Formats: sequence, C-alpha cells, structure tokens
Amino acid sequence: MPTVSMTVNGKAVSAEVEERTLLVSFLRDSLGLTGTHVGCDTSQCGACVVHVNGDSVKSCTMLAVQAEGANVTTIEGLASGEELHPVQKAFREHHGLQCGFCTPGMVMSAVDLLQKKKSPSEAEIREWLEGNICRCTGYHNIVKAIQAAAGAM
Amino acid sequence: MGAQGIGARVPRVEDQRFLTGRGRYTDDINRPHQTYAWILRSPHAHARIRSIDTSAAKSAPGVVAVFTGADMEVGSLPCGWQVTSKDGTPMKEPPHPPLARDYVRHVGDQVAVVIAETKAQARDAAELIEVDYEVLPAAVSIQAALAPDAPKVHQDLPDNVCYDWELGDKAKTEEAFANARHVVKLDIVQNRLIPNAIEPRAAVGDYDSGTGKYTLYTTSQNPHVIRLLMGAFVLNIPENKLRVVAPDVGGGFGSKIYHYAEEAIVTWAAGKVNRPVKWTAERSESFVADAHGRDHVTHAELAIDADGKFLGLRVSTLANMGAYLSTFAPSIPTYLYGPLMAGVYATPAIYVEVKAVFTHTTPVDAYRGAGRPEATYLLERIVTKAAKQLGIDEVELRRKNMVQPDMFPYQTPVLLQYDVGDYPGTMDAAVKAADWYGFAQRRKESEARGKLRGIGMSTYVEACGLAPSAVVGQLGARAGLYESANVRVHPTGSVSVYTGLHSHGQGHETVLAQIVHEYLGVPIENVTVVHGDTDDGQFGMGTYGSRSAPVGTAALVKALEKVVNKAKKIAAHLMEASEADIELKDGNFVIAGTDKSLPFAQVALAAYVPHNYPITELEPGLEGQAFYDPMNFSYPNGCHICEVEVDPETGKVDVVAMTSVDDVGRVLNPLIVEGQTHGGLTQGIGQALLEQCVFDEDGQLVTGSFMDYCMPRADDVPSYNSSTMAVMGASNPLQVKGVGESGTIGATPAVINAVLDALAPLGVEDIQMPASPHRVWQAIQAAKTPMAAE
Amino acid sequence: MYNFAYHRPSSVAEAAAALAAASEGKLLAGGMTLLPTMKQRLAQPSDLIDLGAIADMKGISTTGDGVRIGAMTTHASVASSAEVKAAIPALAHLAENIGDPQVRNRGTIGGSIANNDPAADYPAAVLALDATIQTNKRTIAADDFFTGMFETALEEGEIITAVSFPKPQKAAYAKFPNPASRYALVGVFVAQTASGVRVAVTGAAPCVFRASQIEQALAGNFSPSALDGLTIDSSGLNSDIHASPEYRAHLIGVMAKRAVAAAA
Repeated sequence: MPTVSMTVNGKAVSAEVEERTLLVSFLRDSLGLTGTHVGCDTSQCGACVVHVNGDSVKSCTMLAVQAEGANVTTIEGLASGEELHPVQKAFREHHGLQCGFCTPGMVMSAVDLLQKKKSPSEAEIREWLEGNICRCTGYHNIVKAIQAAAGAM
Repeated sequence: MGAQGIGARVPRVEDQRFLTGRGRYTDDINRPHQTYAWILRSPHAHARIRSIDTSAAKSAPGVVAVFTGADMEVGSLPCGWQVTSKDGTPMKEPPHPPLARDYVRHVGDQVAVVIAETKAQARDAAELIEVDYEVLPAAVSIQAALAPDAPKVHQDLPDNVCYDWELGDKAKTEEAFANARHVVKLDIVQNRLIPNAIEPRAAVGDYDSGTGKYTLYTTSQNPHVIRLLMGAFVLNIPENKLRVVAPDVGGGFGSKIYHYAEEAIVTWAAGKVNRPVKWTAERSESFVADAHGRDHVTHAELAIDADGKFLGLRVSTLANMGAYLSTFAPSIPTYLYGPLMAGVYATPAIYVEVKAVFTHTTPVDAYRGAGRPEATYLLERIVTKAAKQLGIDEVELRRKNMVQPDMFPYQTPVLLQYDVGDYPGTMDAAVKAADWYGFAQRRKESEARGKLRGIGMSTYVEACGLAPSAVVGQLGARAGLYESANVRVHPTGSVSVYTGLHSHGQGHETVLAQIVHEYLGVPIENVTVVHGDTDDGQFGMGTYGSRSAPVGTAALVKALEKVVNKAKKIAAHLMEASEADIELKDGNFVIAGTDKSLPFAQVALAAYVPHNYPITELEPGLEGQAFYDPMNFSYPNGCHICEVEVDPETGKVDVVAMTSVDDVGRVLNPLIVEGQTHGGLTQGIGQALLEQCVFDEDGQLVTGSFMDYCMPRADDVPSYNSSTMAVMGASNPLQVKGVGESGTIGATPAVINAVLDALAPLGVEDIQMPASPHRVWQAIQAAKTPMAAE
Repeated sequence: MYNFAYHRPSSVAEAAAALAAASEGKLLAGGMTLLPTMKQRLAQPSDLIDLGAIADMKGISTTGDGVRIGAMTTHASVASSAEVKAAIPALAHLAENIGDPQVRNRGTIGGSIANNDPAADYPAAVLALDATIQTNKRTIAADDFFTGMFETALEEGEIITAVSFPKPQKAAYAKFPNPASRYALVGVFVAQTASGVRVAVTGAAPCVFRASQIEQALAGNFSPSALDGLTIDSSGLNSDIHASPEYRAHLIGVMAKRAVAAAA
C-alpha cells in the first residue's frame, strides 16, 4: 500500500492507504476527522466539500493519493481556536443549518465563494451553491448567512 | 418572556458542534473490533430465489460471515397500524422478512449480507455470491397491479389489494351531488417522492457477550420505538437487553421513522459473529431501500350550489404501498388523509374511499406531511378550479366556504374536531402580504419580458401533534402516541432534560431548554437536553408528524410543574413562609409582597443537601417526570401564495415569489419556526416542480441518483416571505400547533395553481406534477393542437 | 471501487510509458467522471495514470490566432483566464457554467473532451470553434475528433496534451440544463469563424454534432430572426425522462436563437 502525506488543518499527516481510498475516507477513517460527510455517491450533494490548496473540492471524488503533498482544510480546521470563522458565526446567527449534515460542506463551499468574490449577490450565492444540497433549510437562511458573512469579512 | 424564554429568537445551542465538525452521526461511530456489512440487494423487481451459493464469498479475503434469509430465522418486520376495509375485514398484512426468503419483491430487496473486516472487502465478496433467480413479471404501477391478470406481489394473497377503505357518509354525499348546481371534477396523480435526507441511513450493531446485551446505533427519528419493534417482534430481545441509540441524525422527513431490515440485520449479526457490525448506505442504496412517499392516483368531485356553497366532496384514491407494509404505511393514505378532506371548509358531506395496492416497488410510507399534503393538494386544486369554472374570485369562494372563527370547536364530517382557528384571517393576511390584488401589474411587467406570470393560492389545515392514544387506537394504531419528559435538577441548579422526542434538525436542544428557562429561570447554557438513547432517558415516541411542540413540550411542561411545585415547598420551608405566597420569578423564589428572595440554585442544593429540609413531608432530590397524552390533534393552518414566471419557449417555471402565513399557535422560537417553514416550502416546491420517482416497466428505478432525481437546489427557489399568526387556544398547555410540515402542505398546490394560472391564456387547463420544463412545454403544445393527446 | 495500481508521472512521456505498460490502464485527469464511475464499480482499470503532476499539461497561452489551453487546465482556470476572456469570452462563459464550483476546480478540458459525454459542454465549443486537439502523437481537427457516444478519435496510448482554439469573430453558448444533473439537456454553441458559421449541439444526441441546417440559415444572416420558422428534425435525438426528442429538437432552435442573440 502506498504511503500518502499531506498537510491537514496545518498539521503534517502521513498514512498507508489502499490506492482506491478516497480523500474523504482518508480524512474520516484514517485521521478521524468525521466532520466531513458523505451524502451521495455521484459527486452532487457536496456534504464532503473540503479545501485542497485553497480551492473547494468534493473529497468523495478525489483519491487520497491525488492529494499527496497538498494542503487540505476541513471543517475542523476552519475556526481559529475558539474563534469561529465569520461564515460559521453567520450560519449560527441566521439559523443556516438544521440537521447539520450538509453543513460542513456548505460552509466550506461558502468560504471558497467569499474568498473569490467579496460581496456576491443573492443570485450569485444561489448559483455557487449548485453543488451543495440541503434538504432542511430551504436555503433561505443559508443565503442570508453568506450575505451576512460577506459583510463581516 | 425573557431573552432566552419562550418566544425568544435564540440561536441554537447545538450549532456549535455541527459548525465545527463535532457532530456525531451514526457513521461517525466506530466500535472496537468492528466489522462491516454489505447488503446484497435484488437487481430484479420480482423473482423467485431458486438458490443462493455463498461459498465463494465466504472464502473471500477478509470475510467474517455471510448470511442469507435461510440463516436469519427471525420475526417479520412489523407494521404499526391496522386499517380495516369497508367490508370489515382487516388489511392484508404479508410477512416482511429482513432478508428475503423465497421471493424478492422490489429492486433493492435484501437478499444476503456479507460481513468482513473492511467495507470494500464486504462489497468485493458480495459480488461472489451467486443467486439463481427465476425472474418473474412485475406489477410496477398501481394500475398494473390492479389488472385482472397482474403478477401477485404476495403469492399467498388473493390479489394485490391491501385494503379498500372508506370514510364519511356516502349516502349524504350522494344526496349533496344530486342537489348540486355545479360539479367540478379533477383527476390528479400524487407523484411519488424519494425523501433523501442528506445523511444516508446507517446502523451499527454491537453485542456484549459478557452481559448478553445488544446495542444498536441507528439513524432513527424514534429510537424507543425501534427498540420496541425490533426487540419484541423481530429479534425477541427484551428491553433490558437492548439499547438503541440514535445519535445526531442528518434529517429524517419521515424516512427514518420506520424499523428497517438493516437495523435488525446488523444487531442480529453482531450477536452471531460476536463483533460489532457496521452498515452505512450508499446513496444509491438509499434510493431503493428508504421508504418512499406519496404515490396516489385520485379522482375527486366537488358539488356546489347556485350560491357557490360547497355541498359535498367525494374522493376516490388508489394508493401505492410498495412491496411490503412499512411501519406506518397503511395509516398514511387513510387516517392522515381522509380526515383532512374538510380542509378549512365547512363542506357538510364528504366521502372518501381509498384502495391501497401492493406493487413490486420500494415500500411507501410517510414523507413530510404524510397524507395531509395529498389531501390538501387535491382540495386546493379543485377549489381553484371551481372558482375559475364558476367565474368567482377564488379568495371570495374560499372565504364563503370557510369554517368561520365563531364556529369553533368545529366538528368536520370526517372525524376531526377543529379546536381553534381564524381561517379568513390567515388568508387575508397572506393576500395582503403577497399583494394578491396587485398581481395584474406584475403580470404586465413579466409579459414585457416575454414571460407568462401566474399566481396561485392554497389554504390548508393540518391535523398534527400525533395524537390522542385512545383515538388512534380505535383507528387501528398499534401504539400509544403520548410523549414523556424527565426534568432532573442537579444539586447546583443546572438541569438535564430527558425527552422521548428526537431532534434531527428541529432544534429541540435549544427549544426545550428555552422552556426550562421560562419555568425555572435557569440560563439555557445550564440546561442539557438528552435524547436519542434508550438507556439514557425514558420511553417516548420520537419526532414526526409535527408532534414535538404540541405533545413533547406538553410533557415537559407537566414535568416542570412537578419540579416547581416541589421546589416551592422547599423554598417555603427555607424562607419560613407559606407555600401559597411563594412565586418563582426570573430564577428566584420570592415571597409575594416582600423583597425576600432565594435563588433557584439554593433550593436545588437544599434538595440534595437536606440539612435544613422538610424531610418528613418531602423526599430529597429535585426531579419531575411526566407522560402527556394529547387531548386532541393540533390544527396548524394557513395560506400560501405563489407567483411563478414561465418561459413559454422552454417551459421552465421559476418561482419568483412565495408568501406563507401560518397559524402555528404560540411561537416557541421564531428563528426555528422560520427555518422549518422555509424547509417545508422548498420540499413543497420540489414536489410541484422538480421531484419525481420513476420506475421503468420492469421495476428498475430510473431516478436512482441525484443525476436523475431532481432535488431542489439553492437556485431553484426564491427567498421566502414567511410570517406567522397565532390564534391561541390549541388544546395543549403551551397552545402550540406544530410547524414541521405546514410548509410542505401548503406550498405544493399554491405552486401548481400558479403554474396553471400562468398557462391559462394559452389554453392549458391541467398539468401533472412535477411541472418540469418538458411537461410544461408538452402542455403548451397540446393546448395549441387541442385534438392531440398530451 | 476496485483497487488498481496508481502512477503519478511528471511528464507526458512517462505517462505514455505507464499507460503502455498497463494491462487495462486509464488516464486520470480531473476524475470528475472516471472516479464516480469507478465508485459505482462500472469501470475496473488495472492502473490509473494520474496526469495531475505534469506541469506541461496545465496553463493557458495566447497564440497567433487564439488561445491554447493545456489539457489539464481546470474549468475554473479557463473561466477566470484573462486570455480566454479577451480572445473568446464565450469559452470562458461556457467553462464558468460547467457543473458546480467544485467540479470546475477539479475537472479539466482534456478530461472532458476525451470522455466525450453526450451532455458535456466543452465538446460543443471545440466543435463550433473548429479547435485543434493536440496529443502526444499528432493533432486532430475537431471535426474528426468526436466519433460517437463516449467515443473519440483517440487511439490506444494517445494522450491529449492541449486544445487550441482559434479566435472567432463572434460566438456564444446557450445551455438548457437538465433540471436534475445540470448537464446540458441541450447546449448550442454558435460561432462566426474564418471558415463560416459553425454551430455545434450537445446534450441532444448520442454525440455532439454540427447543426448544418442552422449553420446554413445563419450563413447569410447571423441574427436570431434568421432562425424564425426553422424546424429541427427530432429523429436520432435522445429520449429520456427529462426530454423527448421533439422537446430537444425544439430546444435546439430556442437555444440557437439565444446564442446568436448573445454572440459577441
């Protein structure tokens, strides 16, 4: 089995994995970072979104070995210590989550949007979220939260 | 109310863990020496299993065990509700083995389970199982299953009819139609939906051979019920030897109420292999193995007199049960459907008949709203159709026929007694909020952009807060539907609340803490709500049917009252005052008319350190427990108004405005009420415009992934204009009515009424759901050439 | 997913050698189609040759008559490329609307056209813009490249290294997405090029194709009104739960008009 090494949430990690191991399985099973979720098997729900080298990607559609040497950030690495990221804060403030299952991917996707676009319009936010499905919130409060976070960042 | 009490807009306490990746869902749980299960599922909708050869799989790398139906001799997955047919005979209730025995009856039916050291190994080995199937013709649609020569889903039954049920006064209804000036007719198909909670189902079974105790971690909305059903009916394990834990659960929408085969399989198998067994569904499995929702074919007729008054309604529905009876399946198209046919209207005569049919498809059960959206959809479609047919303003037609505020309590002709409401009031509020009468101007603006604009309305009343046990018992329920709560005040005044409810998005950990704060003054930071573990709390019925607020909080209030009553006695003793003079205000016991006060926490401490204590009259400790059985259903109601724009060239429908005014009674936390409403509206829009489960004629699921099953996404829906009204007087202590399902119930007919309003100028009079671009385009084409079939 | 041997070459030559040595080797570009297919166990390659570490295959450059896009350039890079926006804004716009942001961050132009999904967006641009596909062995004209459903002119062992797009006078892409998958139910790319009007249609048929009927109508008059009254033949078009052949034929006309109107 190959050994894969990368930086996850600022920490160098290394583990032996089967070639077929997906990045999401590496994070969840090898590293115990269970905040990243799996909600589908066709790369559409976005519950598994993490950042690889600063860009949001679906960790269920990437092999762990493809992330060799990469810098990976998961939901667990988003806050700085006790201080929540502005997107996390805004989701809480605006009730942008209910069951919480899509939330890690939704938040990581939103963070990527806001690092690429400082103050997106409602339509731009809704379009950006095409790859993140939420069954609980109806998106209304997610959109509000992202708008609020944009203002706070 | 205080800043944290009832009615306060308190951000949720559970969000911290969900936002930082510290939620703990079933698939996050791993037990020492755990194995992994892969379930081999039927690729056929209907086949006889001639033989199964598991020898190659058993010797594959990493395999611990392989089991088939022949190995797993356990009870049948039980059905929790018995419906009785018109002729007095009970419904047909065929067995539902967790692993198929002789026949498979839908694509995805469980055939065998492989248990291995890794999930990949289990799946690899499952491919080595050789099943010799005799593939048989399948009855996939309701109509096909009712054909005279239809393949039978259950060989021991005479045909595919599960029951043929009726409700209401048939003769009186016939008479109403005989006297009618107008009869409006409508045929509708309730499109079958796939719930698709974003967390796929998962289950971990564990067995401790030292104590003989089983533990099941599962994605459930009601762990206590799963323990009862699985322990008592399937695996024969007494409650004291079976713990069921539903930790954080990623959405349910009904689909995680039921006791599923996989739960029994991993629990049973954990005992057999004496190691923990974990199963997590792939989304593709969820599509075929989670219970689906809706799926009716209905003909309805509304009788109206010369003044526009409704005289009678008759409804004939065929309902799909799927291949087996899921836990609550029989009740959905009957008791959660027929009694809703009065809606907000004082229609004097109603008759509903429902034939439930087995088909070679995934079982169908409750999906958000469950029966009530189906009823409301046909009622609000037919009322709007009547308004157009009779040339009456639809707001006025509704008003004229509504149960008026002075008619409560109102006994409908279909079982229910509405306790309180102001139906014209909610409608008027919605009409105003949506600027209903300013629509013509907006239509013009849309027309200038080449778009067809339409507006549509739906009113609704739902019966939720399930439910008075004695009533549902008479109707066939095999369970009580009370709820329980235990309030344990700790020595320093912090509080643990144990509830039989289960929170999987509803925010109970916040709302129940708010109620504790309201009663005891304890800050919500010092209140922990414990739910989801049968070993850590008491028996309760779980969360579904918008019951947590009307039933669950009532149990909590009763328990809190017990705590307050006892604490007052202690405080009176400590303050050397009469108990009657003691009040609990903002967390302090005060003696009325004086400035003497004693913090709640000191009373709590005295209860646990009873040095100065009325020990001869009172036991030490401070804890209150209560069960609450509701007096009535609760009746949220409201009015939803939708505006759409249709692109006449492509048929694409955009929801451009959605207004909801819901009377949910007392609002416990507006943030959460709004969130529930938005989510419900989106699922309602989903059914109307996007979502549809499609099987091909062989019973293969065509919409077996998010590539083909259209889930509502952020850009499919608008921001919502949602508000609430509170007509007080609901039949429970906090006068709450429930909000979990109202969005889904009201939205769907409002959307379709709007689509039809937009298309009316083109001559389109009807459309089936979902009103996809393709279907809208076809309707437009058919209207252009009236002789052509759609 | 079945297991496989994994290779991460740093040059095209190494990749070609690894591919040649494998019994059932597959190239892994962005993986947006291949990995889901493997997860469903619908593909079982013996070896995966990951092109992600080959620097030469990434990047966008301006050429004499247009832009050259390395095969491993992501959709997001094309969408945000100043060079592409300046030369062929329609191409940047197309890339900006492929899949979702996460797909665009991983998916590549080379992977997309090598896969030739009948509903993918890029094939329409490649065909309508008369692009040239460069491989490790030769160059292939767009008209010769897309040969059938999921089939291309690529031979065994051949690796796309770049795609060169000549700058058109005007071009635009209009897509009507499948409501569920968001792939093109019908996508029409129109371009006024040096060699005349070229119109490519994706999503509608088993393989991207040029709509000669529309090209002819636009040849003399590149305006939406030139398509008035045009009826597209539905024979041979795809049929599924989301669209009948007739609806797809109709949408080809509508999307063509919208693309012409938007062309810049």
